[in-house]
Amino acid sequence: MAKKPVRKAAPKPRRPAARLAPQRAKAPARDQRPQLQPLVRPPKATASEMDLLRELCNAIAVSGDEGAVRRIVLDAIRDHVDEVRVDALGNVLAVKRSKRSSQRTPRLLVAAHMDEVGFMLTGHESDGSLRFELVGGVEERTLLGKPVLVGPKRLPGVIGAAPVHLLKDDRRNAVTKVSQMRIDIGVDSADAAKRWVKMGERGGFTTEFAVVGPSLRGKALDNRLGCATLIELLRAPAVYDFDLHAAFTVQEEVGLRGARVVAYAVDPACAFVLDCTPARDLPSSDDRENTQYNSRLGLGPAIYISDKGMISNDRLVRYLQQTADAAGLPYQFRQPGGGGTDAGAIHLAREGVPTVSVSVPGRYPHSPVMLARTEDWRNTVKLMRLALENWTPQVLKR
Amino acid sequence: METLLLSHLKELTTAPGVSGYEHHVRDLIRAAWTPLTDEPHTDRLGSLWAIKHGTGAKPRPRIMLAAHMDAIGLMVSQVEGEFLRVVPIGGIDARVMPGQLVTVHGREDLPGVVAEPPAFLLPKANREGVVPLSELLVDTGLPADTLRVSGLVKAGDVISFAQSPVELQNELLAAKSLDNRASVAALTVCLETLKSRPPVWDVIAVATVQEEVGLQGARASAFALHPDLAVAVDVTHGSGPASKEYADKTFPLGGGPVLGLGPNIHPGLHAALKAAADRAEMPYTVEPMPAHSGTDAYAIQIARAGIPTMVVSIPLRNMHTPVEVLSLKDVARVGRLLAEFIAGLSADFMNTLTLD
Repeated sequence: MAKKPVRKAAPKPRRPAARLAPQRAKAPARDQRPQLQPLVRPPKATASEMDLLRELCNAIAVSGDEGAVRRIVLDAIRDHVDEVRVDALGNVLAVKRSKRSSQRTPRLLVAAHMDEVGFMLTGHESDGSLRFELVGGVEERTLLGKPVLVGPKRLPGVIGAAPVHLLKDDRRNAVTKVSQMRIDIGVDSADAAKRWVKMGERGGFTTEFAVVGPSLRGKALDNRLGCATLIELLRAPAVYDFDLHAAFTVQEEVGLRGARVVAYAVDPACAFVLDCTPARDLPSSDDRENTQYNSRLGLGPAIYISDKGMISNDRLVRYLQQTADAAGLPYQFRQPGGGGTDAGAIHLAREGVPTVSVSVPGRYPHSPVMLARTEDWRNTVKLMRLALENWTPQVLKR
Repeated sequence: METLLLSHLKELTTAPGVSGYEHHVRDLIRAAWTPLTDEPHTDRLGSLWAIKHGTGAKPRPRIMLAAHMDAIGLMVSQVEGEFLRVVPIGGIDARVMPGQLVTVHGREDLPGVVAEPPAFLLPKANREGVVPLSELLVDTGLPADTLRVSGLVKAGDVISFAQSPVELQNELLAAKSLDNRASVAALTVCLETLKSRPPVWDVIAVATVQEEVGLQGARASAFALHPDLAVAVDVTHGSGPASKEYADKTFPLGGGPVLGLGPNIHPGLHAALKAAADRAEMPYTVEPMPAHSGTDAYAIQIARAGIPTMVVSIPLRNMHTPVEVLSLKDVARVGRLLAEFIAGLSADFMNTLTLD
């Protein structure tokens, strides 16, 4: 399944391979319309950057069982950092030291969670099907009629549905509860099922990563986009005046548990959290304005000001904003409100850590398939690169 | 045989072929049936006929084997910014739609995702319970100007499911559109088997169109072909983990062909198929069909002056979802059962066929 990540120098940037067929219907009279000149050309991902994201997205790493993604991360960063270790919970902690690294060198933490929502197998039925419970906030209404992969061998199964033909009207409108769903792997007895999968093993969605025109499509873009961004930050040749601590965290989806111990261990001067935030930028069917979109695709990195878990550090928010403005990068403020990231745990570590989150907006998180824009991801990478390159302790001064 | 059947089924189910737009899958079926029959022909509504001439003296009696090749799907009703509003083609189950992968057949084929808007965007009446298809959106991941300005997608464009087939344990296959490509594959098996057992009768394999929207193709084909006998081959509900409470309306996967019985079925023909299953030492089950069989047989039976009609089915779990599940063994058995029955048809079979 997982092929080794490419370690060679990145080839010259070019367009992603799997874009839409080139013979698109001719854009009518494009040259006759006023051309909007973007401030900066939308950055593209190189083939190797896209391959790494593909590999990360296709791996299954349900909270508490992040091994598959951890292995990819370790392979991808090992040659680019000064130290790397895996802690007691499974977080990957890597350090890129400053040239004059000492005890007094400031430590910056950049964190991205590796885990994804999914399910855990909780029992065998006599007919061979499997009971399961959800891990993290899976969108339950997206489960019925989907293929899944279960156990470390990625055994295929399906979550079936009673045929609509047999349902009475009231049942057609009833949401099926997870407790009523079963995973069908094709065997017809509990004993046969036990030979293939054990209770406690995890399961995830099957959607293969794909580049779809200007968009990225796959499962678990939340938060493999953050992981891919953080890997790129570590692979960048830059050396900073601070020690860069990168944390690929576990168990974000079940309560920010990895990030909490990471922040304690690193005790950073400040922290940036990379995640993927919902873009609920869909139309309403009755022409009401959508005022709760949270974030929108195509408007750039979403900078958090406040969420359910925290109020972002105002100086870091301003710093990111100034960095983006100076470089002409697009950005948006994520609407304040519910939800949260690892930042909620990190900012409370020890005596407190100034923290901010930056997310790539993504539609349909916690479902079998998400959509995000390549451009938003690349602009997030660019913003974070600049934010690290230009960071000084002055940023945090009141 | 089984591996050939598996790849045939994967190919057939992967091809789009929403009711009224069956051309992709028709091309595949024509390619598969051309070497096995004498005259493939596409009729006025789009159904594919493949005639295998019998060895009997002319005028030979003829049997029509009907398997519908169309599949349920969606149609674009409106392009709204970056999103598509859709209407159903056939019996779409709204419960399984959010999060499905689809292909939008616009000016080019575009991958898409079925999206359920968050509750705050839905009318109050739809915030609880299953969100109806009319409130769901299809998202192609393309910006609004690409969709609209270039006319890439328009109202009336067809959308098919795009879930890839998945092999389960015990020779079970999960795929979209196994209803009813499985029966098309069974006809392929039947025609292959008949190569070594040339029948007396003319055999006309028909891949019908538009079954899911009202049996239109079967109606027209049955009129045109005017067969002496007809067998509709379709899927029926298979027993499985999601259908426990419908035990009396479901049939076991791996239990062999399911033989229909009821007003849509000629009793003599039912008995003859049973006898053929016994000759082939094949397991089978019987499905009571108190009224409408829900298959092409319902239209065929009343074509012209009436046709003795039979329904043979393949048990299928999760019907009308993109993860329909069946046993490859049942597909092969249905093919062999039909071949056994047809090979045993004598020139004067019609004189022996009685209602009592």
